[in-house]
Order: sequence, then C-alpha cells, then structure tokens
Amino acid sequence: MFNVHKFTNAEARRQSDIGKGHIAVRDVSITFGQSAAAHLAVDTTSIDIAPGEFVCILGPSGCGKSTLLNAVAGYVAPTTGTVSVDEVVVDKPGPDRGMVFQQYSLLPWKTVYENVAFGPKMAGATRTEAGSVANTFLNLVGLRKFGNRYPAELSGGMQQRVGIARALANYPSVLLMDEPFGALDAQTRLVMQESLLEIWRKFGTTVVFVTHDVDEAVFLADRVLIMSAAPGRIIEDVEIKLPRPRNPDMASTPTYVEARQFCLDTIRAESRKAFEAQNV
Amino acid sequence: MSANPDLADDAAATSTHAPPPRAAPVPSGNGLPPWAVQALIACGSLLGGLAIWQVGSAQGWSGFINFANIPTPGEVLDSTLENIADPEFYTHIAVSIRRVMLSFVLAVVVGVPIGLFMARNKFARAALLPYIEILRPIPAVAWIPLAILMWPTEESSIIFITYLGAFFPIVLNTISGAEQTPEVLIRATRSLGASKFDEFRHVVFPAALPSISAGLAVGMGVAWFSLLAGEIISGQYGIGYFTWDAYSMVRTPDIVLGMLVIGMLGTASTVAVKLLTKPMLKWQARAR
Repeated sequence: MFNVHKFTNAEARRQSDIGKGHIAVRDVSITFGQSAAAHLAVDTTSIDIAPGEFVCILGPSGCGKSTLLNAVAGYVAPTTGTVSVDEVVVDKPGPDRGMVFQQYSLLPWKTVYENVAFGPKMAGATRTEAGSVANTFLNLVGLRKFGNRYPAELSGGMQQRVGIARALANYPSVLLMDEPFGALDAQTRLVMQESLLEIWRKFGTTVVFVTHDVDEAVFLADRVLIMSAAPGRIIEDVEIKLPRPRNPDMASTPTYVEARQFCLDTIRAESRKAFEAQNV
Repeated sequence: MSANPDLADDAAATSTHAPPPRAAPVPSGNGLPPWAVQALIACGSLLGGLAIWQVGSAQGWSGFINFANIPTPGEVLDSTLENIADPEFYTHIAVSIRRVMLSFVLAVVVGVPIGLFMARNKFARAALLPYIEILRPIPAVAWIPLAILMWPTEESSIIFITYLGAFFPIVLNTISGAEQTPEVLIRATRSLGASKFDEFRHVVFPAALPSISAGLAVGMGVAWFSLLAGEIISGQYGIGYFTWDAYSMVRTPDIVLGMLVIGMLGTASTVAVKLLTKPMLKWQARAR
C-alpha cells in the first residue's frame, strides 16, 4: 500500500557493519480486538532496515510506533504479513533482538551486575563467563563501579544505561529501543543520546529507536521513518545526511535544520488532516 | 547523655509523651530518653493489669465476669516453676512445634507454587479458584470431624487441619503478589532468552515475595490457631492438649500457663518467619 523505499543508500553503511541485523517488515498490519471493537493499530507497512543502520521511528503518541516495534521484538504477532530478522521469521521474543524499554525494566531484586549477567546466563554461560561479559558491558556504559548496587539506587539515566548494557550483553543483531529516554529530564536525555551513539559506534548493531521527539530522531538516526496515527502507517522515510560521529553542535547546520523542519512539517500536516477528519 | 540523634528523633516522632520532632533531638523533661519513657509506660501498664488480676482473683470478684475460679498470678507462677521442671511439659511444646513446622512447610511448598501458577495461568486460576473460595471460609474447628474420618491417624488429621490454616493465607497472598508482576519485566526477560520456568524463578516469584512474606506471617498465625483447635479435640500431646487437659482435670493455673505459652510460641514463630524472609527482601530496603 505504501512504498517506503524512496531511496536506497547502501553505500552510506559502514563496511564493518555489513553482516547481521537485517530487518524486513513485509506487509505487516496489526489489529487489536475482535470484529466490531477491532482497532487497526498498524496499517499495512513494509520496511527494510540494513545491518548496522540506526533508524528512528518518529510519530505522535498512540500512532502505533511502539506496536510496530513490539512486532519486531516478537511480543505482538502481526495480523497480516511477516517480520523477519536475518531471514528468520519472528514469532516470539528472543535474545537476538535486544530490547530497551522506557523505564523500570531492570529486575529490582537483582543487582546491576546480575541484571547485565542475566542474558548470558540464560544463554548457558557459566557464572565466570557471564560475569566477564557483564563487566565488559558495564564498562562500555561507564557503570562498572555500580555493579553491586540495586537498580533503585541509581538515577533514571544510569538505569537506562544498565538497560542498554543488559540488552547488548547478549550480542544481539538488533537493538530495539522504545522511547528509552522519554522519562528522563532534558539534560540527561542529551547526555544519553551522545552516550548511545558512542556505544553504537563501538558496537555497531542495527538500532531501531522509537521516539516522539523530532530533535532526538534527527540527531540520532541515519533514517527517520515518520509515522502517522489512526491507523498507524509510515508516511515518510527521511535520510539524515549528517556526518558521524555526531555532536550537538550539528544542530545549527543547514542539513540538520532542514531535516528537522521537514519532519515537523510532515507531522503538522498529518495532525491537521487527522484533526479535520475528526471534526467532519 | 549522648543519644544517637537519629534514634532519638525517630522515637520522638512515635511517642506522644516526647516533645514534637521539631524540638532538639536531645532527651528533655525528666532526662530519660523517649524509648525509656515508653518502656516504663509499658511496664507500668503490665504491672497494673497484673495487680487487677491479683486482686480480682484473690478477692473472688464475681459479676459479669467471674474471677472466683481464676488462679492468681502467684499460682500461675508456681505452676510454671513446677512444669518447667517436668520433662513432659517440654514434650507438649516440642510436639506442637513439630506439628506446626511440618504443616507450615507443607503449606509453603504446596501453596506458593500453586499461587504463582494460578496468578499467571488463566486455566489453573479458573479451575482452582472455586475450591479456594468455598473451602477458605470454613474454620479449622469445623474440619475436625471430617479430618478424623479422612485421615488414618489422629496425628495426620491434626497436621491436615493445621496445614489448611496456613495454606489459604499463603496461597491467596502469593496470587495477589504474583498478579502485581510488572508486565514489562516479563517482556524484558523474555527478550533476554528466559524460559517459562526462568520467568517464574527470576521474575514472578521475586515480584511476589513481599506479598508472600506477609502471607507467611499470617499463615503462621493461623497455623497455630488451627493446631490448637485440632489438639484440643484430639491428641495426647501438644500444648493445646495440655491446656484442655488442665481444664478437664481442674488444674486452673495450668490453663493460664498453657495459654501464655501458646501466645509466646505464636509470636516467636511469626517473628522467626519475618526474620527468615527479610534477607530475601533486602532489595526493597535498599530502594528506599
């Protein structure tokens, strides 16, 4: 129904990232409820995400962007179509698709260290192996010193960094992030965005990042997929041509300003349409 | 006087006799720290009660409540000294403790897994909840005749009755605790490769633990309650039997002694349950 392949830019991918982490969403629609009460959350959508790509799904609250992400994660089964990661059809959650939630998803009864070591342990690693993986990733997010703390003793930003470390500790081919910085204050959020790009640069996994914040999407992404509400569908696929590594100063460059303006205009036009449709 | 300011402040906040918390955290007034004031009040109150008991039973007050057949505190003390020199007294206590422990452990081992499962499985819940709803309100005493008919020995029917008493609070608290498991934690662990069993072990069970530990404390109390009912009606040993036998034999001081021992055992075992579950909840304390 909607063709999102406005362009292909395989050249833009860094060579080192070519490998695992190819996401293919094929004609996926997601309906909740039965018959009369049925609600079309995601209209027929197809997306291709290349290995190592950083893609943001941008849209207003309730547009179905989290639902789409949940389909990739395997929490929600598509009503029609298929989602596959590296040519394997997704039918349940799995450690190949690391998930970072908005907040409070660390196990409060486990220490930071145990939380990060959890995935490797589930994968059958010995205590020592799991421990060394946990330390590696706690180092990566700069929280090695806090390993023996409980999550509630950490700030929101620190908890999210542990969440990222925990997801990465399984060496996933895809990292799925559902508004991970949405609950953080503005200052912390900026720091976290830079920190995430730094981690991604070292780790190089495919990232799908859901957000309703235009600046966040433009700053982070290689590509921004703009989603519209009721029913949710991808209405634009915007390539962000900012060089990497990115830094906050780029916010004043013409490329950034242009991309940001385009996203805002698209969302505004779509919101107005929706608003008018409601008021007929 | 170098009272710990934190401690003094805390105690002041809970004592109506101490100055309000806003005041200096140093003890004031009569120079005693607030906890000592509280302890004195508690002792005074207990001594007052003992005095009324002494006077009432010695004078043989009789009115709405009849004190005439009630032993005096002194007589109870005598009977206590007599009994603590008698090995059989300890046998009664040991038998009761053994029964409670056995029944309680059974109730935990059966109740917690069933509760966890019922909270997370709609079929199990629909199938088992009616039994719980129907059987739970039946008091322990009402089970005695049927328990005697159902079980081969008196001992097993007493343990069954005690077990039932502990089982229901444990299972219900486990269900309500497990139901509060945040769904996002389940999702997170699924994405980390956890199996269904791991989900129970690492997420549902720990999430339910605060509620389970409350259920264990209540269950322990009800277990004693039910045990006593079972022991009074049947059995040859146990502190309940001791108390009832004292009544039959008109050894009134022993009745009171039995009651006091039951109270102490109940309190001690509830405290023990709380102490045993505390280490598993340390993450909660750290969160505050």
